[in-house]
Amino acid sequence: MIEWVHPGAILIVGAALVPFLKGRIKQAYMLLLPVLAFAAIVAVSPGTHGVVRLLNQELVFGRVDRLSLVFGYIFAIMAFIGLIYGMHVKKDGEYIAALLYVGGSMGAVFAGDFITLFVFWELMAFASLFLVWLKGDKASDLAGYRYILVHIFGGVCLLGGIILYYSATGSIEFNAIRADGPAFYMILIGFLINAAVPPFSAWLADAYPEATIMGAVFMCAFTTKTAVYVLIRGFAGTEILIWMGVIMALYGVVYAVLENDARRLLAYHIISQVGYMVAGVGIGTEMALNGATAHAFAHILYKSLLFMGVGSVMHMTGKRKLTELGGIYKTMPVTMILYMIGGLSISAFPLFSGFVSKSMVVTAAEESHIGWAVLLLTLASAGTFLHTGLKLPYYIFFGKDSGIRTKEPPLNMIIAMGIGAVLCIGIGVYPDALYNVLPFPVDYVPYTAQHVVTALGILLFTALGFFMLLKKLDPEPTISADTDWFYRKAGRVFLKLAEGPVASADAYVGELHSTKVLGTAKRAASISLAFDLGVIDGLVNLAGWLTRFAAWVSHKFDIYIIDGAVNSVATLVAWNGGAWRRLQTGQLQNYALIFVLGLIIIFGGFMLGY
Amino acid sequence: MKIIDWLADEKNRGFVKKACYAALVLVFGADFFVHRHHVTFFWDGIPGYGAVYGFVSCVVIIIVSKAIGHAALMKKEDYYD
Repeated sequence: MIEWVHPGAILIVGAALVPFLKGRIKQAYMLLLPVLAFAAIVAVSPGTHGVVRLLNQELVFGRVDRLSLVFGYIFAIMAFIGLIYGMHVKKDGEYIAALLYVGGSMGAVFAGDFITLFVFWELMAFASLFLVWLKGDKASDLAGYRYILVHIFGGVCLLGGIILYYSATGSIEFNAIRADGPAFYMILIGFLINAAVPPFSAWLADAYPEATIMGAVFMCAFTTKTAVYVLIRGFAGTEILIWMGVIMALYGVVYAVLENDARRLLAYHIISQVGYMVAGVGIGTEMALNGATAHAFAHILYKSLLFMGVGSVMHMTGKRKLTELGGIYKTMPVTMILYMIGGLSISAFPLFSGFVSKSMVVTAAEESHIGWAVLLLTLASAGTFLHTGLKLPYYIFFGKDSGIRTKEPPLNMIIAMGIGAVLCIGIGVYPDALYNVLPFPVDYVPYTAQHVVTALGILLFTALGFFMLLKKLDPEPTISADTDWFYRKAGRVFLKLAEGPVASADAYVGELHSTKVLGTAKRAASISLAFDLGVIDGLVNLAGWLTRFAAWVSHKFDIYIIDGAVNSVATLVAWNGGAWRRLQTGQLQNYALIFVLGLIIIFGGFMLGY
Repeated sequence: MKIIDWLADEKNRGFVKKACYAALVLVFGADFFVHRHHVTFFWDGIPGYGAVYGFVSCVVIIIVSKAIGHAALMKKEDYYD
């Protein structure tokens, strides 16, 4: 009897079969994978499984406890929903990338040591990169490059931290971080980059909106939530995280006000919502960690529902800017209602999932008497409703009629959104279902008269404010500079600064001076330009060439090996079929003869044998 | 679907508005009668705190964000091209 099958391995190994299947069988197979992964998680008993000894170190692939289990459950559920949503997609690459990506996050969640964690961590980054690139336009190419560069940087920080940690403690076990100094901070930064904590957050709002429609649904669920998991595991009670979490919650809200791209607006609200989880980790009490976990669970469901809703509009209309949409409710009412269920869930309306999860974090802050955190997190939740529950649906589904007339999205998309919506309401109505799987025992009742009335007061009066200031909120066709400005623009701006003012100062300064200052500045500018052209562009080109080369090799491989194999199999089958066809004469006596001959051979065999 | 059409219909605008105001008054009023089982901070004891704080939050978020945006962050769509 096999003691444990790694749920991530089911998805990762299962992905290899995807290109060989077709039609209905392929669809059924793909839905089977997350179901099997879920079954593997349900079947396993808590404890340590899958231990491999390597170079005197123990690699633990299966650390199964209440914390890793709850993340495992929701990852499997989400993979199931996401694959239904993407059922109409034609590109195998997208499915493979999605399966590897989810498999990577499950591997990271069940990893018991840093090396295993790191390997799956990188698998996630590279698999998700293809969910961006497969959209296949210039914007997604560039966003993908920036995405992977940031994650490589994060991965290097993490790896450096792990090495320092090992040399300080002699252990690669992944538990609460016991070191201080550089090891602590490098691992923390590696985690914070994936959690999209500002100033390391720009990659998220940069890349997610440029991903494929199905890709964005997957991406919004896994990277940041895996990061929340590792933060809970390694950094619970690290006070600075309270600050960071609260700043994050507000940061996302401010950018969401300015945003015109619907998917980017939702991406900024991921940052905002993950802020609650990070703050919960920082508070570090049992209540707070339960809250962070519960909110991660609920967040995966409602945020993917929101991305699916906007994705459906994008799929049907080809547009995602608020300024270009409006009045869609007439032709997509079902999508609108399902989207709104996600919107009310993220806004923490009573009877929806956010209400029972977000309030745990805020209550934990209350219990720890951190008044400013309570006030600012409440402020941010007003902002959440303002954008995700009011602004976005108002300008997409109502607002000024854009004249777009379309249809509801394909059935598989509606079914996926329906499952998400049912789960969002289910958790909101029956929170114990979620509370029972949380890492610590829950002693918390969300539905009290005081809590419900206060929450409704905050939400309804936010709505009042929204409609009063509606004119001020009209979306503007702009983009907002985020911290990615530093790696997208600063180099060019520096060049201009170096050339412009220095050149104009040239007129006023003596010749001697000018040759020195200007010469140096120009030299600096030209060196930096040369560096830009030579090194940076060189690297980018090199990466481009390598990619093309890899594509060429894989193309050749495809043509000669795969096609060759397919052809030879086909030839064999044809030959074999021909041979059999000749035997099938349709004449009864021939068959009888073969039958008799067979009997003789069998009997002969027996006779010789005994 | 009928409900959405009915709500969006110009003719019913007045009724819908009145219903919304009624809901606001109801929620604000209810807060005066609710039993407060835990008062951690002073604001938890103020009746109508949620409503006032929600409204103030909304206005502050919109005005402050737009101010920051127009002052520094918002760029033309081809800014990075």
